[in-house]
Amino acid sequence: MDFTTPPYLLKNASVQRVMLQVLLALLPGIAAYVWLIGPIIFVQLAIASLAALAAEALMLKLRDKPLGLFLGDGSALVTAWLIALTFPPMAPWWLLVVGVLFAIVVAKHLYGGLGQNPFNPAMVAFAVCIVSFPALMSQWPALGLGLSFNQQLDIVAGLAPRVDALTGATPLDAIKTALKLGEGSIDVPSLLANQNIFGNFAGRGWEWVAAGYLLGGLWLWKRGIVGWQAPAGFIAGLVLIAGALWLWNPAQFANPLFHLFSGGAMLGAFFIVTDPVSGCTTPKGKFIFGLAAGLLAYLIRVFGGYPDGVAFAVLLLNICVPLIDMYTQPPIFGMKGEK
Amino acid sequence: MLQLFKFRGGVKPQTNKTPSLGEPIAVAPLPTRLIVPLHQSIGGTPDPLIAPGDRVLKGQRIGGADGWISSAVHAPTSGTVLAVEEHVAAHPSGLPTLSVIIEPDGRDEWIARTPVDYRSLAPESVREMLRDAGVVGLGGAVFPSHAKLTASKTVPMEELVINGAECEPFITCDDLLMRERADEVVRGIGIFRDLLRPQRVLIGIEDNKPEAVAAMKTAVQALGENFEVIAVPTRYPAGGAKQLIRVLTGKEVPAAKRSTDLGVQCFNVATAYTAWRAIAHGEPVISRIVTLTGNVERPRNWEVLIGTPLAEFVALGQPKPDTNGYLMGGPMMGFEMPSDAPLVKATNCIIAGSPTLFPPKAPEMPCIRCGECAKACPHELQPFELYWFARAKNFGKTQEYHIFDCIECGCCSYVCPSRIPLVQYFRFAKSEIWAREREKKAADTAKTRFEFRNFREEREKAEKAERLAKAAAAKAAEKKAEAKPAAEAAAGALADAPAAQAAAPTDAEAAKKAAIAAAMERARQQREAAQPKNTEALTPVQQRDIAEVDARRRQAGIETPGEPSGTADANAPAAPAAGSEEARP
Repeated sequence: MDFTTPPYLLKNASVQRVMLQVLLALLPGIAAYVWLIGPIIFVQLAIASLAALAAEALMLKLRDKPLGLFLGDGSALVTAWLIALTFPPMAPWWLLVVGVLFAIVVAKHLYGGLGQNPFNPAMVAFAVCIVSFPALMSQWPALGLGLSFNQQLDIVAGLAPRVDALTGATPLDAIKTALKLGEGSIDVPSLLANQNIFGNFAGRGWEWVAAGYLLGGLWLWKRGIVGWQAPAGFIAGLVLIAGALWLWNPAQFANPLFHLFSGGAMLGAFFIVTDPVSGCTTPKGKFIFGLAAGLLAYLIRVFGGYPDGVAFAVLLLNICVPLIDMYTQPPIFGMKGEK
Repeated sequence: MLQLFKFRGGVKPQTNKTPSLGEPIAVAPLPTRLIVPLHQSIGGTPDPLIAPGDRVLKGQRIGGADGWISSAVHAPTSGTVLAVEEHVAAHPSGLPTLSVIIEPDGRDEWIARTPVDYRSLAPESVREMLRDAGVVGLGGAVFPSHAKLTASKTVPMEELVINGAECEPFITCDDLLMRERADEVVRGIGIFRDLLRPQRVLIGIEDNKPEAVAAMKTAVQALGENFEVIAVPTRYPAGGAKQLIRVLTGKEVPAAKRSTDLGVQCFNVATAYTAWRAIAHGEPVISRIVTLTGNVERPRNWEVLIGTPLAEFVALGQPKPDTNGYLMGGPMMGFEMPSDAPLVKATNCIIAGSPTLFPPKAPEMPCIRCGECAKACPHELQPFELYWFARAKNFGKTQEYHIFDCIECGCCSYVCPSRIPLVQYFRFAKSEIWAREREKKAADTAKTRFEFRNFREEREKAEKAERLAKAAAAKAAEKKAEAKPAAEAAAGALADAPAAQAAAPTDAEAAKKAAIAAAMERARQQREAAQPKNTEALTPVQQRDIAEVDARRRQAGIETPGEPSGTADANAPAAPAAGSEEARP
């Protein structure tokens, strides 16, 4: 009996359980991913997981921390899975490894390890790789290629040539590029009519992956793992600016639903801006964090030079967290209505 | 039906109350020895009234209250005082405290008990009786009850809240007390009501105790009282005084205020019971009901004499072989009781622990800022922020984040996925702040003394110089008066010159000294005038408050502040006792 510290009764909760539930919540999205691209995503998840665990073990050893305790907490796996899911499905294996190493070694452990990182490690990995390897990070497979698993494997392993025909643009990129090239002669509704790239309400196929993330995210919210504030804020921010511009000029701006289900928006709303370590902690702060990230993500993805803006938006907001938290401290019991 | 309010946060641990509810309250046999600590309230330590070798009677006062916030202690049975010595106390520190050791003679002979009709007495006399009967808050905080029975002069007393919530898991002593002795509990509440004259009396009981609710309702009806018995939702810490007040009245009492400032006061049901026994039967608090549960063969409630050694008490429940320690209080706020410590007035429950009942805690992990603690905190604090600041020893920040509003209920630690003993960090921070305050106060007192000494020395010097100057001037004048006729008589007479010369330097020196002293005095006065005082530019309200305080102080024979005597600073932050007036959950 450990008598040093009351309470002696403890809820059955642990960091491991939290992380495990986050991984479970990613499964609907992953299932849709497999249906869309194929089982290659499992290979990518495995590569990222192994790299993450190895990097974690190495850093823990260097930092003289108990290996068993921290390797089992599942936090490295969450980072690894988020990286695998945000990187292009057929990214070469080493690109994933580079991303994961940067996330675990630099973004996590050099800042003090679990609970100490001011920046979201997965988003750091994404940002580093898209800046360093823009071409590879923009190669998304065109749908309906009918590549076999072995062919996909060869591409990932670097055994097959990365032919240009193999890679298409993301729906977000397709719109941006077409609008830029069309210089006003093309409007968004006609672009969205292209069934090769666009589906029912967003990118063809990808919309269902996003829907899978939404489903998993709602489950996390129901389980109480994430609060509603950050996802609601993010969605509100994105819908607000996308809706305003769309209402103003529907020919030049895609509708809010398209933006919500494209790129990293859904994953971001439920799995990235909800990261407790690098996000805000007060209820109001969480909403502000989400709202600002949503607005910023839209601005970067529509007006910026990158295909998507979630990663940069989140990283920029990570910097603001201490400030937002400081100014949004909720009033305490017995002191409401007092300033 | 009364509208109930909600408090935020809280947790729902397994209640584990059923095992000890199976049997009625039993009277524990007389132990072989009684160890009665003199300090059994949150207030001062009573002075021993007996000496080793004295024979004492059951109920005889053995420790007299040493002040208003203090409470008497009594001999739990008749016998011989073996010693008045330091003995291990029922406290997590295991530090010894002055205790009276009594060997029972087995006759259990009472003192002369004089029941009184309190209605015929002045309220002050009733309060004094309660103090001298050792009536303290039995919910766990042991705050002297008489000191809570004066209504605020400015705020009308709206509600008297009676706490029968008993929200901590395992504990059932209040439940059984209400089931079996509801009549006397209600009569006790009547005393409190008559002293405080509230508009309403609200008795809050968690809804997992339907029998107690029914018994109390019956008793209230039978006695023709208009008290409301209310079942409140079961959620820890609904039995915390502030939480129960919130649930029943909607009022939130912050740490900086007394509940009477908001027109509400709160007492535990067991306290009401002891108050009734004390007034109507002349029986001081010498026993209490204690739940013995956990890893024992026979869990039940016992009426136990205060001072019964833990080992003798737990033997009544037949602890199982794998028992590895005893908790006093519940599993949320209790602590491990040293095995040779005695049961005291604060002991509501003893839980025998075992590795299966309370498994060893998983190792502590870093905080991941998940905010579960903030969601669980009934005082709506941000425990993880407090944790970061406490860890960094940034105590100023902990105060900014309201660490003194923490009631140490343990909800944050209960839910923490990283298994961080948050409450320990907060206790550490609080004790560090108190220690620093004490040091600062000591330093301030020393500074004031030093400055006063300097001032006195300067003043004395100045006075002396003045005296000297006067004397010298007088002497010089005398000399002059003498010298004048002489000079007239013999112009240019050399004989007088040395005398005049001798007088002149003394005169000049004294004048110089006086001038210096005067200059120093002026400088001092200027310095004082330049230093702003917090007693300047007061609003009329503040001035009135100060006048009231001064009047009270004079009445109580305390010096008014400003005197360099080290009087406690009224503006000092919460002293250890101040936040603990309310009963613990």
